[in-house]
Amino acid sequence: MTTIIIAVLGAIMIAAAVLAIVQKSLLSAVIAAGAISLLASLLYIVLAAPDVAMTEAAIGSGLTTIVFLFALNKIRKEDKHG
Amino acid sequence: MVKKIFIVIILGFFAVMLLPLAKDFTPFQELSPVAEKYVEDGPEELGSANLVTSVIVTYRGLDTLGEVAVLFIAAAGVGFFLRKEEKGDKTPKRGSSQILQSGTAFLFPLILAFGVYIFLHGHLTPGGGFQGGVVIASGMVLLLLSSASAKINENVLHLVESLSGASYVAIGILGLVLATGFLDNRFLDLGEFGTLLSAGAIPLIYSFIGLKVGAELVGIVNNMQKDQS
Repeated sequence: MTTIIIAVLGAIMIAAAVLAIVQKSLLSAVIAAGAISLLASLLYIVLAAPDVAMTEAAIGSGLTTIVFLFALNKIRKEDKHG
Repeated sequence: MVKKIFIVIILGFFAVMLLPLAKDFTPFQELSPVAEKYVEDGPEELGSANLVTSVIVTYRGLDTLGEVAVLFIAAAGVGFFLRKEEKGDKTPKRGSSQILQSGTAFLFPLILAFGVYIFLHGHLTPGGGFQGGVVIASGMVLLLLSSASAKINENVLHLVESLSGASYVAIGILGLVLATGFLDNRFLDLGEFGTLLSAGAIPLIYSFIGLKVGAELVGIVNNMQKDQS
């Protein structure tokens, strides 16, 4: 049972990773990268590591995504001005 | 086209390199001697119900101090490079939606309380100072996103950060003086196993780590947000 869950989560993670690379829209790519972290934290819970899962969920899919979005916003603004 | 072929070749190399790891993987059937010692003696020796916490805060406490120092340097670096003079011409920012504003008013106190809960119960339940601090920081990010006029008092942030960092080291030295070594938690009463006021200095240390990590991450996000305009 655990193996099936791990395989499904891993498959979705790989799909999200491919999406993040292929995707033309940068915003969607950032969201897909955040989704990978969220799925990874689910994986850690399945593997009985709740401490790591909490860190991954908060840092990986929360703050990192925010930092990427800030950077994206800044790039767009500078594109517009210059 | 040539570029794509190169990428595929490099990916192939990685696959060949990683293949033995996956193919010859055998799960450990027993713990290594060090892990066995931690598992057997940890709960009794340090009085912490969460074994991960007793390893992170006490057995490998020096590593955690190093981690906190690395985070501090990262936050300081971000602050240094994004430092900018306050500009006079403020373009009016677009306000956020009503849903986000009402949701934040309701969720922000809960998120803050949950973060504090995580680091206070670090020795009992999964999580600890780092996780609690990150949850607090994400609550602050929500606040910053929801209202364009929200400003964070940086002096308070710096004060909390430096005080908790100094207290963390001070507790470590207290352990060295009053107990057996640096960051030893046993100079306070170990208390009853599994209660909130147990495990000696671990809740204290984790509270300081939580406050420090929270303040640092809020500082990073705050600097980036100020850099947006």
